[in-house]
Amino acid sequence: MKKYEKIIAPLLAILLGILIGTILLVFSGKSPIYMFSTLIKSVIGYDILKPGPINLRYFGEFLVFSMPIILTGLSVGFAYRTGLFNIGGEGQVLVGSAASTAAALLLPMSGVPHLIACLLAGALAGAIWAFIPGILQVKKNINVVVTAIMLNYVGLHFSNWVVQQMPTFAKAKTDYFPVSLKSPFLASITNNSRLHWGIIVVLVALVIYHVLIEKTSFGYSLRATGFNREGARYAGMKVDRNVVYAMMISGAMAGLAGAIITLGTFGYGRQLGASEGYGFDGIAVALVGGCNSIGIFLAGLLFGALKVAQPAMQALQIPKDIATIISACIILFVSMQYGIMDVVYKVVGRFKKKDEVVTKDGGEA
Amino acid sequence: MNYAIEMLNITKDFPGIRANDNVTLQVKDRSIHALLGENGAGKSTLMSILFGLYQPTEGCIKIRGKEVKITDPNVANELGIGMVHQHFKLVECFTVTENIVLGMEPHKNGVLDLKSAAKKIKELSEMYGLNVDPDSLISEISVGMQQRVEILKMLYRNADILIFDEPTAVLTPQEITELISIMKNLVNEGKTILLITHKLKEIKAVADECTVLRRGKYIGTINVAEATEKQMAEMMVGREVNFSVAKEEAKPGDVVLSISHLNVKNNKGLLGVKDFSLDVRAGEIVGLAGIDGNGQTELVHALTGLCKIESGTVTLNGNDITNYSIKKRIEEGLGHIPEDRHKHGLVLDFTLEENFAIHAYNVEPFAKNGFLNKAEITKNAERLIEQFDVRSGQGAKTITRSMSGGNQQKAIIAREIDRSPELLLVVQPTRGLDVGAIEYIHKRIVEERDKNKAVLLVSLELDEILNLSDRVAVIFNGELTGVVDRKNTDENELGLMMAGSKKEVN
Repeated sequence: MKKYEKIIAPLLAILLGILIGTILLVFSGKSPIYMFSTLIKSVIGYDILKPGPINLRYFGEFLVFSMPIILTGLSVGFAYRTGLFNIGGEGQVLVGSAASTAAALLLPMSGVPHLIACLLAGALAGAIWAFIPGILQVKKNINVVVTAIMLNYVGLHFSNWVVQQMPTFAKAKTDYFPVSLKSPFLASITNNSRLHWGIIVVLVALVIYHVLIEKTSFGYSLRATGFNREGARYAGMKVDRNVVYAMMISGAMAGLAGAIITLGTFGYGRQLGASEGYGFDGIAVALVGGCNSIGIFLAGLLFGALKVAQPAMQALQIPKDIATIISACIILFVSMQYGIMDVVYKVVGRFKKKDEVVTKDGGEA
Repeated sequence: MNYAIEMLNITKDFPGIRANDNVTLQVKDRSIHALLGENGAGKSTLMSILFGLYQPTEGCIKIRGKEVKITDPNVANELGIGMVHQHFKLVECFTVTENIVLGMEPHKNGVLDLKSAAKKIKELSEMYGLNVDPDSLISEISVGMQQRVEILKMLYRNADILIFDEPTAVLTPQEITELISIMKNLVNEGKTILLITHKLKEIKAVADECTVLRRGKYIGTINVAEATEKQMAEMMVGREVNFSVAKEEAKPGDVVLSISHLNVKNNKGLLGVKDFSLDVRAGEIVGLAGIDGNGQTELVHALTGLCKIESGTVTLNGNDITNYSIKKRIEEGLGHIPEDRHKHGLVLDFTLEENFAIHAYNVEPFAKNGFLNKAEITKNAERLIEQFDVRSGQGAKTITRSMSGGNQQKAIIAREIDRSPELLLVVQPTRGLDVGAIEYIHKRIVEERDKNKAVLLVSLELDEILNLSDRVAVIFNGELTGVVDRKNTDENELGLMMAGSKKEVN
């Protein structure tokens, strides 16, 4: 695909997804204006139907929702660039959460070093969780997809067990941590939203992702492995090692997502009844974002917006499933991007031909 | 005169390039017409126009005398035009019948009716002497058979103008002979065939007429029976062509590669290479001849490190490399021009410059402290492009997939030769390439020899072996049947050895 196609195709997919959501909403007898106004309000805190001052708390919450799925998007994207499908983000997020919980409550440290140790614990746990499918793929030729999915369930129960072992565990959660990513400053500039320092973690991860993949020789060999595993092997690259490393880095990104949720959004460890879907959101984000860092960043914001708007929609009697349907349609259309571009060219071609009749200057793109 | 296809004064412009310039192609009904031209001569563009994938900028197309507008491939299908692609479009885990009906599945009351389809396919297969079993799985039949399935696909859709795009590129010599007789059968039964190729021998063997294109321009149409291969080659390339490579007597030096009592298992777990021993010296080209599937692939994979060696040793410049990793072998001085350039030779989705850096991507000058030095990578690519005349749309930044096969191969050769390896392992270097590219590549291989490098050439084309080699080794059933001096041998002797008759190693 050409460069501009890589930008136009996802944009069209997003527009088409929103269009279908709108049409469905009209059929269900609700005015789409409420949907759009809720979406806009949930992102920037401005209600176009009831003009008033902008409430930045909405913006803060929107970022809180977007941050972890940008990280899981990076996680899926990183594996994908190496030709691997890491569907185990869910489990990696959860063990990352649990590890940072344990680190926060048990490590005899304090202040920023403690915080960094907690983040690293989360990343490390995610990496180990992703190492298992990676090494099994390489040594035993067991498909990463299968192992990773199963580890999602193991991850859920294992992380719950870890949280239950914490000394201050009671009523499905632990006490507040002595350290957290919570930021009175960020909260104060966003009208007391839950926005926290995890944003820095996300930005750093985006930069690391870009530099690692595009600028380093390690990234070069990962990309070669992703495009043509046999070709990379023939060129003398350590393909098996690349597969394991790529899974671990991918897992570390997902683990970080878990860590910032626990350390930033909540500030205490939680026992969960079910996974919260961050890992699967990451697949959509990576796909729509074209597996590059800027794309993943923007796609993460998009899906974050659709996620954060759901409760507000519900409040206005708009089924929150509309947001899910829009997300699903966008994913569907992104998967069909070649076909979409084909249609675009046919339409553009038809317009061009009309021009030709008039101008007679021939030649077409 | 009855023409099945007439493409008159076709011109096709792409931004910046005129791909076809006033080209005329007239194919007589019930004949085999060859379309000859080098890679990039405009053959594919012309065929894409005929197939409705592109619209011509100027010119008109007539099918059986009637002017037509072919706006998309469906129109072409309705007009009875069918294409047998070079790379087959088959579903491996489906049967022959399922593949053939794909897209127009017959049904009875809404239930898939494969039985009647299988019957029709059987009839067609018998009528044209194709000998295809409608119930076999694609994954279980040979490449030659798969091609026949592609042909049947067209016949099943009632095509009577068949376009064959480089049909012999993937076939063994025996399969080529069979394909030629199938094509003749098809014409006898009333079909018209348009054959796209650059293999002169095959044109000579099968075609009635031949239209030649060069750099987008129409050069002429000739009666094949009256023309020689040399004449056709000259029309195609635009200058005199040397089929034989000018080279001086070899001056062999020390042994560079020494293979001793090598045993290698094939992918079925049986011994593909058995007790194989061979030496290659500096300054000589040793050709390894043999019929496809006699252990060449296993031997090459064992030498390059792509597969494990069961027993025996391989030494390179006196170092035992038997258990070395691929990377270490490359560093030790092994250059490899692989058989499958798409699978092993290149990362097709990389740019040309990235492919040039593939062996040294992590060392200076291409990388420093783990970071790529893109300026150096580009500089290196531009130097190689210039030096080896690799042609591509956007220079060093071209995605390799979009380049022609000949230029992809040139890129691999440029990369491998530039590393100046002590041993150059060359496998099927000219498969699917045109005369001009073959001439160039042969010249480069001989140059390496003259620079006192050792060259092991593995090829299925006996002509290539005879042209280039100083000594010829023959492999049969995984075993060495003999090594002979090029000067003292001929096609007959090698043919016998390739069929397994042993000769004392001299």
